[in-house]
Amino acid sequence: MVDSKHQWKAWLYLAPALVLLLVFTVWPIINTVRLAFLEGYNSLAAVNQEEVITFSVGIKNFQDVVNYHGFRTALVNTALLTVITVPLSTLLALLIAVALNSIKPLQKFFQTVFFLPYVTNSIAIGMVFAAMFNIVGNPNIARLTKSVGIINNIIEALGGTRVNWINAGSEYWANMVVLIVYIVWNALPFKILVLLGGLQSVNKQYYDAAKVDSTPRWRVFTKITVPLLSPMIAYVVITGFIGGFKEYTSIVGIFGETMGPPGASDSPLNTIVGMIYDVLPKQDYGLASAAALILFGIIFVVTMINMWVSKKRVHY
Amino acid sequence: MSEKAKVMNTMHDRNMQRISSVQRVTRVLVLAGTYLFLTAMALIIIFPFYWMIISSLKELSEYRASTPTFWPRTVMLSNYAEAFSQGNLGHLFLNTAYVGVVSTILSLVITVLTAFALSRLEFKGKNTVFAGLLATMMIPGELFTITNYQTVNTFGWMNTYTVLIVPFLVSVFYIYLLRQNFLQIPNELYLAAKVDGTSDLKYLWKVMVPLALPTLISITILKMMGAWNSYVWPRLVANTNQMQLITNGLRNSFNDTSGNTNYPVQMAAVAMVSAPLFLVFMFLRKYIMSGVSRSGIKG
Repeated sequence: MVDSKHQWKAWLYLAPALVLLLVFTVWPIINTVRLAFLEGYNSLAAVNQEEVITFSVGIKNFQDVVNYHGFRTALVNTALLTVITVPLSTLLALLIAVALNSIKPLQKFFQTVFFLPYVTNSIAIGMVFAAMFNIVGNPNIARLTKSVGIINNIIEALGGTRVNWINAGSEYWANMVVLIVYIVWNALPFKILVLLGGLQSVNKQYYDAAKVDSTPRWRVFTKITVPLLSPMIAYVVITGFIGGFKEYTSIVGIFGETMGPPGASDSPLNTIVGMIYDVLPKQDYGLASAAALILFGIIFVVTMINMWVSKKRVHY
Repeated sequence: MSEKAKVMNTMHDRNMQRISSVQRVTRVLVLAGTYLFLTAMALIIIFPFYWMIISSLKELSEYRASTPTFWPRTVMLSNYAEAFSQGNLGHLFLNTAYVGVVSTILSLVITVLTAFALSRLEFKGKNTVFAGLLATMMIPGELFTITNYQTVNTFGWMNTYTVLIVPFLVSVFYIYLLRQNFLQIPNELYLAAKVDGTSDLKYLWKVMVPLALPTLISITILKMMGAWNSYVWPRLVANTNQMQLITNGLRNSFNDTSGNTNYPVQMAAVAMVSAPLFLVFMFLRKYIMSGVSRSGIKG
């Protein structure tokens, strides 16, 4: 079949994709590594063609990232959000998927409802969550508080006390609770879709066998469903961790680009990706590249750990 | 059968009956519990959408009342008109639609050509090219952004439509998806077409593309959703009023968090931005769900 005369044709078909990938994918990979290790790189100096400037190679950029005033906050926020939201959303999605799989009437209807958060704009719906948690008026002076927001209404109706979730002067833990609720809400549809797909392809024989032995439901769940579903669970956990470490737009949706409640300084809710995008317009490419490589390193290590754990635990 | 065995048998039957009636009751209880759980979860999932819509229809004074209302006393459709003009949404819609349509068409052409070459044509280095493409999928997009920002700056593309379209035209994932689909089409069709003297391009257009239509529709929807939801890249490279896309415009026009925001108007804007996605979802649910379950990416 190989017709050497026509080989150039194949390359013609590939050309548009390859050219674009070379410019916008391959070169960036090389360049990011290059920039991260060049010390004192400055785009103005590099553009200046009059004299050839050489930069020394070293790890100064990485040290700068670690010492950057917002880095520790960003790292803690990112890690905390990921470690809390991934298990929470996976467990919830698993319960919903199992429940969905066990019913016949209305299954399609519920499936559609649970998929809805996926087809939303994360900034737009973030603003809805902000409105739900928002206190209208001055939250610190009772006389000036107009509406406490629907979530606080519900809490007070259930006998709790209102919380200043996201307004000026709100506390870090309250901010985090709002973010966790929103991120879990947002993460459910994809996980439910994948887990339900997995459940529907599970061989029914295992369940029939369990029925014959009249195995209790909880044991069926832990001894049959979860092991058979473990490849899917591993998949949603791994993609969840990767997505979690890149968290950014959910926070912008709720808190805006200041990445914190109004009046707070130094973006208390910033994430690593947010930090990269803050540095970028300042043309500090070395710092941004080093931060991106650190993020890549973190994601790589976490994914490897996930794979290693799932290799031990997943039953194929 | 001995007397003893007979007694044992009836006892066993009775036991079975009792077990089965107990089982029936538990089954009903479990089923009721399941529906209760699903309904509760569905309400939690739906609630933000409900709240968005009724808030968008309330008067400001009603929204700010200390006791919440679950249905607007007066339906204020004027909030929508106000949001539309205040947020300059018409301009933002057009910008986003333009970028979405152009980038989807170009992206489809590139994806089809590449997937065709990688699935049907024989050439040296094919496997290397394919492996190379797959390798780039493992690297997080944030890594590319920095250099791409620098590159488009050098090209002088800042604040143009080009900068919003060109850098993300190639998606290795879409190429992979379509290649897998093309591979399922029997090679005999291709050979027969070759015997008849059909050109590659004509074969691709007349046979392969129609057969892979569901995958192409999935790609189209995901790509359009991507344009509709993109925030980070447009914010970096095209943030003037003239070039803004819908998400950036939305966040910037209504970002007053001081407590004096006109929330009903803000929610009306949010509802208008969300509406097209919902409509697409209603009509093309099948394609979206099948595309998403294979990708794990949002937009």
